Amino acid sequence: MCGIAGLYIKNPDLYPKLGELFKPMLVAMTSRGPDSAGVAIYRDPVADGHTKYSLAHNDVAYDWSGLSTTLNQQLKTTSTITQRDTHALLVTDADESFVKHWLQEYDNEVRLVGSGQSVEIYKETGLPEDVYNRFGLASAAGQHMIGHTRMATESAVTTAGSHPFATGADLCLVHNGSLSNHNRLREELIRKGVSFSSENDSEVAAAYLTWKLRQAIPLKQALEDALVDLDGFFTFCIGTSDGFAVLRDPIACKHAVMAETDDWVAMATEFRAIATLPGADSARIWEPKPATVYAWGNESVSEHMSAPIPNDSAGHVAGGA
Amino acid sequence: MDLQAVGLRAVNKKLQSMDPNTNEREWIIENPMGGHAIACGLTVPLSVTINGHVGFYCAGMNQEACVTVEGHAGVGVAENMMSGLVRIKGNASQSAGATGHGGFLVIEGDASSRCGISMKGIDIVVGGSVGHMSGFMAQLGHMVICGDAGEALGDSIYEAKLFVAGSVESLGADCIEKEMSSEHLSTLAALLEKAELNKDAATFRRYGSARTLYNFDIDHADAY
Repeated sequence: MCGIAGLYIKNPDLYPKLGELFKPMLVAMTSRGPDSAGVAIYRDPVADGHTKYSLAHNDVAYDWSGLSTTLNQQLKTTSTITQRDTHALLVTDADESFVKHWLQEYDNEVRLVGSGQSVEIYKETGLPEDVYNRFGLASAAGQHMIGHTRMATESAVTTAGSHPFATGADLCLVHNGSLSNHNRLREELIRKGVSFSSENDSEVAAAYLTWKLRQAIPLKQALEDALVDLDGFFTFCIGTSDGFAVLRDPIACKHAVMAETDDWVAMATEFRAIATLPGADSARIWEPKPATVYAWGNESVSEHMSAPIPNDSAGHVAGGA
Repeated sequence: MDLQAVGLRAVNKKLQSMDPNTNEREWIIENPMGGHAIACGLTVPLSVTINGHVGFYCAGMNQEACVTVEGHAGVGVAENMMSGLVRIKGNASQSAGATGHGGFLVIEGDASSRCGISMKGIDIVVGGSVGHMSGFMAQLGHMVICGDAGEALGDSIYEAKLFVAGSVESLGADCIEKEMSSEHLSTLAALLEKAELNKDAATFRRYGSARTLYNFDIDHADAY
């Protein structure tokens, strides 16, 4: 099972309501994935030269300020850290590869769940509504969010196995489906120097994209390559710095539905998750075609991904597929 | 009935428990909000209109009732329908009319993949196009597609008759184009008229089974 959802706001007047609008989308997908949930929200971009790291630790009382202080001393930098439940946001201008290496050395129980200029990733085991609330997301402002509700099939119910999975700076992936060649692909990627933090099949998809993007392959091309190299069922929603992209496998038996109004673009596993958005009744609604990359964002994303907003000609449905 | 106010189970229970001789035959369901399994398992000739988009398995197992969706429908609409009429004013997602034994399903817009999969006697008319693997293992009944058909139309088809006005991306295993006789033309014209779609039967081509998969072929022994 699993449920995924994405919301991209076009009308800036609605930015302050992002978290409020997204909450019922995620909660509606509880029946598809009651064991864990996670979201990526894009907001509050940090200054140029700085990076925002989303960190997590199983202990809610973990000493995050201690981590920040030690980092400042050892890497001779100035960083700030903000705790949000089991997660913390670290912002620093230190070199990214140094920071990542340092975090592993400092405490290997601290998990780096995402990084970039604006992305923040929060994920935990538990009911989606509880997860959403504990990170205080209902009042969050921003431009876009993607989320996932998990019903584990391929690996254990753990925070590390929850989605979204980071795939690079400001990039992350949520997945509905199951991959059948993930073990072999994981081995291949490990040989190529990609590291993993779980046995999860979706993490392999994320790692695959990370590996592609590291080679400066554009996201659209990386996704098209994924159609060849990933064997299994998938609907992916990929969060980018200024929008999101959607891809389904060529068989397309994992449901997906998309909708668009003048104010927003949304995708979800089922239309139920979109029905609560303002104007959903009269939105343009369609089912994303198999093996086709869809992308939303501002001009730079459109250029970068060169994926057209699909026309009205075929396969538009409500309710997901 | 307001689905959000009354709840799905109460709505379905009300419709499912109507007396066959009832005078309360006209029902309207408001605020479906993409909910699943709306108006499923009806056995009485009611007329049910759903004002909005529905989720999965709407009007499944329908007998006798006439269900109209004033919007789009999710996966498996009119799944395993036995009789009656289901009309979708918008588009339908995957597996529309799957395994249907009888009755009439009209999708005024497009249908997604696997439309009419394993159909067993239902008649399906699609005003727009259908996605890949439509008519897979279709056993009996008619599927009329006014637009185009996606990949592998009628794969492993039995005796269902498929009519397509537009292009066919590819035919599935054992599905071939067949002759359109005057008998087929009049059946097709009757289905189009019943669906209230103004489309000329003469513009369609017919597809069906080559019947080469019906019996074991010794030349295929290596494949097993």
